[in-house]
Order: sequence, then C-alpha cells, then structure tokens
Amino acid sequence: MSLDEIKIGGMGASRRRVEDNRFIRGRGNYVDDVVLPGMLHMEILRSPVAHARIRSIDVSKAWEIPGVRLVLTGDMMATRNLAWMPTLSYDTQAVLATDKVRFQGQEVAAVIADDPYIAKDACEAIVVDYETLPVIVNPDQAMASGATLIRDDKENQPDNKVFDWEVGDRPATDKAFEEADVVSEIELHYPRSHPSPLEPCGSIADFDRSTGKLTVYMTTQAPHIIRAAVALVAELPEHMIRIISPDLGGGFGNKVPVYPGYVISILASILTERPVKWIEDKTGNLISTGFGRDVYLKGQMAVRKDGKILGVRMHTISDHGAFFSDAQPSKFKIGLMHSAFACYDIPAAHLTAEGYYTNKAPGGVAYRCSFRVTEAMFFQERMIQAAADDLGMDQAEFRRINLVRDDDFPHRTPFGFLTDSGQYGKCLDVALEAIGYEQFLKDQEEARKNGRYLGIGISTMTEPLGAGNSREYDILGIKMFDSAELRVHMTGKAILRTGAKTQGQGHETTWAQIVAHELGIPADDVVVEEGDTDTAPFGMGTYASRSTPVAGAAVAMVARKIRAKSRKIAAHLLEVSEEDIEWELGRFYVRSSPDRGVTIQECAMAAYSNMPDGMEPGLENTAYYDPPNLTWPFAAYVATVEVDPETGVWDVLRMVAVDDCGVRINPMIVEGQIMGGLTEAYAMASMQFITFDAEGNCVGSNYMDYLLPTAWETPGFELHEVVTPCPHHPIGAKGIGECATVGGPAAFVNAVMNAVEHLGVRNIDMPLLPDRVHEAIATRSDISGAPPVRTDAP
Amino acid sequence: MYPSRFRYESPTSIEEAISLLEEGKGEAKVLAGGQSLVPMLKLRFASPELLVDINNIADLDYHRFDADGSLHIGALCRHEHLEKSADISARQPTIAAAAPLVADPIVRTRGTFVGSVCHADPQGDWASCMVALDGYIVAQGPNGRRNIPVRSFVSGPFQNVLAYNELAVEAVIPAPQGTALGGYMKLERRVGDFATAAVAVAVDMSGGKVTRAGIALTGVGGTTVDASDAAAALVGGSLDEASIAQAAELAASVAQPRSDHRGSASYKRHIISTFTARLLGSISESNERAA
Ligand SMILES: Cc1cc2nc3c(=O)[nH]c(=O)nc-3n(C[C@H](O)[C@H](O)[C@H](O)COP(=O)(O)OP(=O)(O)OC[C@H]3O[C@@H](n4cnc5c(N)ncnc54)[C@H](O)[C@@H]3O)c2cc1C
Repeated sequence: MSLDEIKIGGMGASRRRVEDNRFIRGRGNYVDDVVLPGMLHMEILRSPVAHARIRSIDVSKAWEIPGVRLVLTGDMMATRNLAWMPTLSYDTQAVLATDKVRFQGQEVAAVIADDPYIAKDACEAIVVDYETLPVIVNPDQAMASGATLIRDDKENQPDNKVFDWEVGDRPATDKAFEEADVVSEIELHYPRSHPSPLEPCGSIADFDRSTGKLTVYMTTQAPHIIRAAVALVAELPEHMIRIISPDLGGGFGNKVPVYPGYVISILASILTERPVKWIEDKTGNLISTGFGRDVYLKGQMAVRKDGKILGVRMHTISDHGAFFSDAQPSKFKIGLMHSAFACYDIPAAHLTAEGYYTNKAPGGVAYRCSFRVTEAMFFQERMIQAAADDLGMDQAEFRRINLVRDDDFPHRTPFGFLTDSGQYGKCLDVALEAIGYEQFLKDQEEARKNGRYLGIGISTMTEPLGAGNSREYDILGIKMFDSAELRVHMTGKAILRTGAKTQGQGHETTWAQIVAHELGIPADDVVVEEGDTDTAPFGMGTYASRSTPVAGAAVAMVARKIRAKSRKIAAHLLEVSEEDIEWELGRFYVRSSPDRGVTIQECAMAAYSNMPDGMEPGLENTAYYDPPNLTWPFAAYVATVEVDPETGVWDVLRMVAVDDCGVRINPMIVEGQIMGGLTEAYAMASMQFITFDAEGNCVGSNYMDYLLPTAWETPGFELHEVVTPCPHHPIGAKGIGECATVGGPAAFVNAVMNAVEHLGVRNIDMPLLPDRVHEAIATRSDISGAPPVRTDAP
Repeated sequence: MYPSRFRYESPTSIEEAISLLEEGKGEAKVLAGGQSLVPMLKLRFASPELLVDINNIADLDYHRFDADGSLHIGALCRHEHLEKSADISARQPTIAAAAPLVADPIVRTRGTFVGSVCHADPQGDWASCMVALDGYIVAQGPNGRRNIPVRSFVSGPFQNVLAYNELAVEAVIPAPQGTALGGYMKLERRVGDFATAAVAVAVDMSGGKVTRAGIALTGVGGTTVDASDAAAALVGGSLDEASIAQAAELAASVAQPRSDHRGSASYKRHIISTFTARLLGSISESNERAA
C-alpha cells in the first residue's frame, strides 16, 4: 500500500514552515547574532552631500579616541587596489571615495574599534572638506547639454549616459502602426522604491593568517557569486574563501549586489588580523544599497477597431544612480523589460531604452522581481487599460480578445521569448466571476449618480521566472543554473543542500517536500541546509523567483538519481532483476507479487551495509540543473476601490487574486508569497517612494518617511488558483515569489483611474497619495512624475 | 542604536527627579515614554549628558475626573490608557477620538500624553487636543508648582517654557461648560504616521447653543495652530450649516501649511476645512440625536 503523500509532508501538503520554529522563538541566527572571539566593530562614515569633490579627509581626531584600531579612507584602500570594485553590470563602483562623492550616503571612511559606540564616535570625529558640485537628480538633468559629468573617473565617458539599448522589430512595428485604426499613448513614471528587508546588510570578515583562510559571514542572497567576486576583487585564492550566509531577515533583491561595507570589512580583518563586524543601520540600508525601479516609461499601442492589438512601441529612460550596479543578466541592459506584453498575442513590438547616471544611490536591483519585469508589467497593464478606454471597449473584453489562447502554446512573445503553457482566459474568468464584475459595473454607475466614485481595476500578466537557461542568462559570465546535493544516511534520514539561499521563502520546508514526493522519505526526515560555500554545491542563489524553477528542479533530479540507485539495491535485496521492480511512494516491490517489497529506508541501510557486488557504497548524489526555458506563471488580479472625491483618499473594497503557478508544492507557502507580494504592490501603488530634493538629499531615508504598510491599512486579499503544470519542470512547478508584487500595482492603479476616468483623468503616477488623487479630481488633469519635494513657503 | 555616552539616573520621587535636573544644569533630559527622545538619541540629534528616567516614580501613572468635572492626566499616563478607558470614551470625546490615531499601537503602550505635550512637536496630536480643550500643564520645580496654560506652554517647534529644573507632573483639562462634544480627524499616510493635517474640535453645548468652543490644527504650522476665531464664531449660536461652513473657512484661513512630501500647502488647507466641517457636522448631528 502506497504512502499517503500529504501525511508524509509531500507535494501539496500545507506543511508548517520548519524554520519558523526557531524564528518565532527568537532563535534565528542572523549575521548580527554571530559573535567571534576578539571581534572588532566597524562603522562607515557616509557623505552628507550628493555631489562634491573631496578636498581633504582628516582622520587624526578619530585615531585619538581610545579603542580605535583602524581608520580607513579611499586612499588607503587604493594602496591595496581596493578603492574601486567591479559591479555586477560591468561598471565600477567606489568602495571608499577617493576623488569625489557621487551620492548622499556614499561611503567615505570607515572606523574599526573595540565596540560600535566608539566606532560611531570616531566617525563623528573625522573631518571631511567637501567642495560641492552641481547635483543631478533625474535623467532629464543628466541628459541636458552641459550637464556636470558625474563619472569623470571613467575613460570614454563623455556624458552621463550609461547605455542605449534596443530590442524588437522596428520595421514590422512601424508597419503595424500604419495599419492601426487607433493609436493609444501613455507615459508613466515608476518611482524609486527600496526592498527594505527587515534585516539590513552586514558582514563579519574573519581572516586567519595561520591558515590563510578568509571566512565571511554575510547577508547575501548569492553566496557563491560573492565568493567568486571576492576571489577576483581581493585576489585571494577561491578555496581559501568561505562565505557563510546564515539566516537572512529578508532580501527582496537587496542582498544580491556586493556592497562596499563587505569589502572594507574584509580588508580590515586582513589588516587587523581580527574578526571585523559591520552591521549597517536602517538608514544606511535605505540610502546606499540597491533600490528598485526609477524608470520613466512611455509607449504607444496600435489597435484595430475590433479590438485586436497590432503592435506596441516602448521607450524607457532609467535612472541608475551614480554607479551602474544593477544586478541582472549581462545580456540585457534594462533587465527583462522586454518581457512586456508576453501574455498577449501581438505580432510586432519594439523597445528602446536609455540609462543615465545621476547623483543618487546606485544599484537597480530586482526588488522582488525578475529583473525589471515589474516595470514592464505595470506599463503593459496601464497601456492595456488606456487602449481599451480609447477604443471605448470594456477592459475585460479587450484583454480577452488579445490574451494568448490555451491552444496557442508554445507561443512567441512580441519581443521573442517563448511561453509554453497557461490558461489565461480561464484565470481572468475566475477573477471576474469572483469579484462579480457585471454587478460591480452596475453599482458603479448607480454610485456615480450619487457623487460616489467606485472603480475596478484589472491586471493580467505572465512573467519570465527562473533564470537561466544558461544559453541566455549569466551574471558576469557565470552561467545561471543551479544545484542540489542529497545525502541519504543509513537510517533513511537525509540532508539536502542546494546552491540557492532562502531568506524567508521557506526552502527548508519545501525542498524536503520535493524529496518526500520523489522518494517517500517523510519531509520531517530531511534537513535542508543552504548558504555555506564550503558545504553547499555551487549555485547562483535566490532572486528572480528562480529557486523553485531551478534549484527546486535540481532537488527533484537529485532525488531521482537516488531513487535510481535505490532501485538497483532493491533488486538485489529482493533477488529479482531490476526490470521486475515497481515503484510506489516510499517502496519498491516485485511486479508479480506486490506484497514482496522493500522500503526506501531499507534500501538506504543496504547502501551502507549490504550493497550488491560491484556497486559503490553510499547513497549520495548531486544534480546540476540547467532549465530548458524560463517558467511562465500567470496571474489575474482585480481590485475594487472607492475614492473620496473631497479628500482624494481611496480605500480598497476588495482584491481578488487568481494565480497559476503550476503545481503548488506547499499551498500555504504559495499563498503567503502571494499575500506578501500583494502587500508590497499595494504599498507601491498607495504610499511608497524614495525621492530626492534638488540638492540630492534623500527623502525616504528612514521608516517615518519611507512607508511600509502595516496590517492596519493593508486590504484583505481573496485568493484563487488555477493549475497549468509547467511542461518542462520536473515537478510541473513555476515561480511564484514575485508575481503579486509585479502584477499587483497595476490592478490598484487601474482601479483608481477607473473611478475617476469620467472626469477625464487618464493617469496619476504612483504613489497615488491622496493629495495627488485630489489634485487630479479637482483640476481634471493628469498628475505625472515623481512626487515633488515641495519647498515653497506657506 | 548607538547614542552618545550619557549618565542615566532613575529617581523614585518627584523631588529627587527635580534635584537631578538641578544638578544637570540644563544638560539633563527627562525620559518619559522615550518614544520621541530615544529616536533623537539614536540619530544623535540629542546628546544630553544626563537622562532622568521618571518611569520609576510612583503615582504619576493616572488619569482621573475630579468632582468638578476636570480631567487630570499624570505624567506617566500612556496613550494606550486614554485609548482604552471607558470614562474617557464616555466623557471626553476629543481625547477619545484622538487616542487611537496617535502613533501606532506599539508606540501607544509607552508614549505619554504629558511627554507628547512637552515635546511640542507641531505634528503632535495631543497638543491640538489640549489647545482645543483649554488645557494647562502643572509644572513642579524646586520652588513648588505652577500652572501653565498650553497656549503659553509651547514656545516654538520642539520648545516649551519649562525651566531646566522643572518637571511637568500633570496635564489638566478644565470641566466642560455643558455637554462636552468634540472629535479629532487626522489624515495620515499610514498607521503610525504623523499627521499630513489634523483637526481637533471641542464644543461644549447647553440648550442647543454653543457655550464654549475650541478648534486646533495639527501639522499645518510651526506650532499647533489655535483656530480661535473659528471657534469664537461658534459660541452663542447653534451648529447649523452656515455656522459650520464659516468655522471651516476661518480654520483653513489660519492654517500655515507648508508643502512637503506629505502634500501641497493648498491640499493641507483644503483638508483642514473639510475635516473641520465634517467634525462639526457630526457633532451637530449627535447633539440633535441627544436632544
Ligand atoms: C513611530 C512613532 C510614531 C509616532 N507617531 C505619532 C503621532 O502620529 N502623533 C503624535 O502625536 N506623536 C507620535 N509619536 C510620538 C509619541 O506620541 C511620543 O510618545 C510623544 O511625543 C512623547 O511622549 P514620550 O512619553 O514618549 O516622551 P519622551 O520621548 O520620553 O520625551 C519627549 C520629550 O519631552 C520631555 N519630557 C517628557 N516628559 C516630560 C515631563 N514629564 N516633564 C518635562 N519634560 C518631559 C523629554 O525630556 C523629551 O524632550 C510617534 C512616535 C513614534 C516612535
């Protein structure tokens, strides 16, 4: 009799998260919890100004403070060739400033002392003489003729442009526009945001001269990439570098890049021969580490009268801050922006992109998204709504006409990706049915007569999750695949390690469920370990929703290798030939007499005690998985809102989310991911942005100004599922970690716009703060751009 | 959090606290709920040499209505106690309406009403309630106690008139002249946010007429704004559409909002007028219902 898969915590079990046991007891082990003997503490002095030449740095007063062990400046880093470091996007970034500071919050000096109080006091004692320079805070200023050159450190950098890039078919797109009945246009700004994980970044570098080994505890989502980077930057032999990423208090893309603090702590440990701990504070995290978005998007859609979309043009202008340190696949300068419109059947598309340097923090990271797909999908769904309005067509109907049909797969997207599966129409129908679409439209009309503004917004999208394949995806030339290593012990218990790195996603729970599904070993018997480069197999880490599509697939594949070996052992134990063996969950049996069988645990014991002649002992294996394609989950999000015409305050009435992420390993965790993502989507739509005043001062440098929504204002979410298994993934799963953050914002914004469209308002840029909504209503006009930092007198 | 070095004392009596303040010679700071002071220490905006923690002084953690109807709030009375007390919600509608809107639930368990008034943040919610209600602070120093009306207590943004050796021991809200009606409306971007703009209204009514009125505005000036003309215009009359509209307009006209990332000046002014009208409208409704 086969095992009950749900009972052993296999696929489909909403198994409780095993990691929560330690987290809710306060027994997590984060970088800041690690205390090493003799450890020193490092504090970074940051620039108070956004753009200035450094005339001098006087550290003498800092050295005088008792307990100070080392004071580092850019000049001292330079003697070790470490004043600058390469970024993940083939640019360079200052570790400690030598010539100029280029954004407020840039690292200028570091103090290493006996305790963090002393280090902080000493930082305050450092005197820096700045000669301020004109400040550039947006691409418009950056591209203006005569604009101050931000990157005068670079050769062949005559202006502030980072790149020009294009993709798609221009002639075909031009032709589509010639044939159009209606050409619709929209222009948007996706404001700068910040992943703001609960735990800021930090590291403890521990260089042991006697062994030559450098151990670094580090808040990183990608420990192996960091090891490679350290080997290349610090010129240390790779086998003498051990990166340990212990428990992470969230990452959301923020912990992918290499930060100056890591590098400085490493040099400080080498120089002091003591462990050096650096823990960034919240403000440091917000003002200096990888941000998200900050893109101006505009485009046009060519549409036929009957609702058929013929072509799309897109143009993006992105603001990268002072250094191009986006974390993204090398080939694509503006990430996967060209995944836009992937769920629609559109024959022609063309995208041009320009990137600019500004005097703002660097590091356009994939904040809970697969490299700029958030901006792409937001633009897509706002464009779709605008085109439906221009056509005078119902927005749901317009989507239905253009969504790729179930029998159209595999389907080539407008920019050339290949999607492979989905039931887009069904997801939309489930969502509309759940929200009561027809009834809402009637209620909306009634309400308008009484001066009440109701609105409904739809967002439908598929996004590319799970980079690689290795043909197209690499970071700094390192191909994007992933790995898993499974060791089954004698008693049938096991340890699994992967090249991914959990930071809240629940890998310790779900990976064990995949093993349970493949081998019938109860999930509770499998311990999962990630993040230590000395023990984990090589992998590219966790971001871009890639863990389940890539590392998760590797887990299934390595379990299958273990099963294949176990089958041989079973044949030996049952004294039949392998061809006569059948498998059911957790057990091999003889086909002709099913009650003669051995369990997977018995096979494990035999692997160490009674293996067949000529067989290698043990039951361990490793699998590297290079996915044939990305995975393409689909989502339909529908929000309803009421806007108070007098104040511009809007409330979410309902939010329905239909997600198709293929087979769900742990439905509870999937739902948690969706709810978290929708919360972030709501935050982006309603309140969240980082902006800069004309002097480049960051507004949003603390959590009183950079708003994370609380349980109080976050609306309730109603979740539904549709399951279309991924055809190429070994267990049929697709990525899900980011769908809701990516697709959610447009649903909220479309809903608010739908509520005020009868006033002729077509667009309000995010965040839809009440004053912006009110202004749009009062003036009956669009509100564009980043929320200005107004300084006019009363 | 790594503040500058400071000495810490935790007196158990008011007198002991005052002598420590005396000793500090102006370089000492009182620590009450710490919800404003501790963030300032963290950011090193404040670097006092001495912290006088008053949390271990007995008998400061109270609020009570005296027989004459006045409300007394001790220096250690937390926001949360005002939020959750039945007598407040039954008898003091302005405070009852503001309490759940001050900061967030976590901050409310620690922060004190008196500390908030002492902090004199132009965006502080309690200062507006105090102004609307004609409240005063009881200060105690080496030479005894004195009463300071809230209007003269706050001397500027984050400044009050307490001498360096004085402790605010309680806040007092005088008895109403008739039925105490009132409310507080606050526009915030998120729970725990300071007001984009907020309005405190306190109206005493007797026989359908307004006997006393106070209107104060939060977040729209360098200090709490006393909309005294708007309030005065209500006294002696009934609350009808015309008087409400007039008060709303007068209140908006004395607001001195600045444009910032919370909103434009004109929007904040508009909110003041909208909220004043909404508050007075619902006061008028509830008065009619009661009549
Ligand atoms: C996240 C957050 C959100 C907040 N949001 C709001 C909000 O929306 N609205 C709002 O009004 N407030 C808000 N606050 C502030 C909060 O209400 C504080 O509790 C209050 O302002 C100060 O009270 P406290 O007891 O914490 O004072 P403390 O922080 O202990 O002291 C504040 C100041 O007053 C002085 N002081 C305190 N008590 C006395 C006394 N008895 N005598 C003399 N001097 C004294 C101190 O020396 C110090 O200078 C917020 C605070 C936080 C942390």
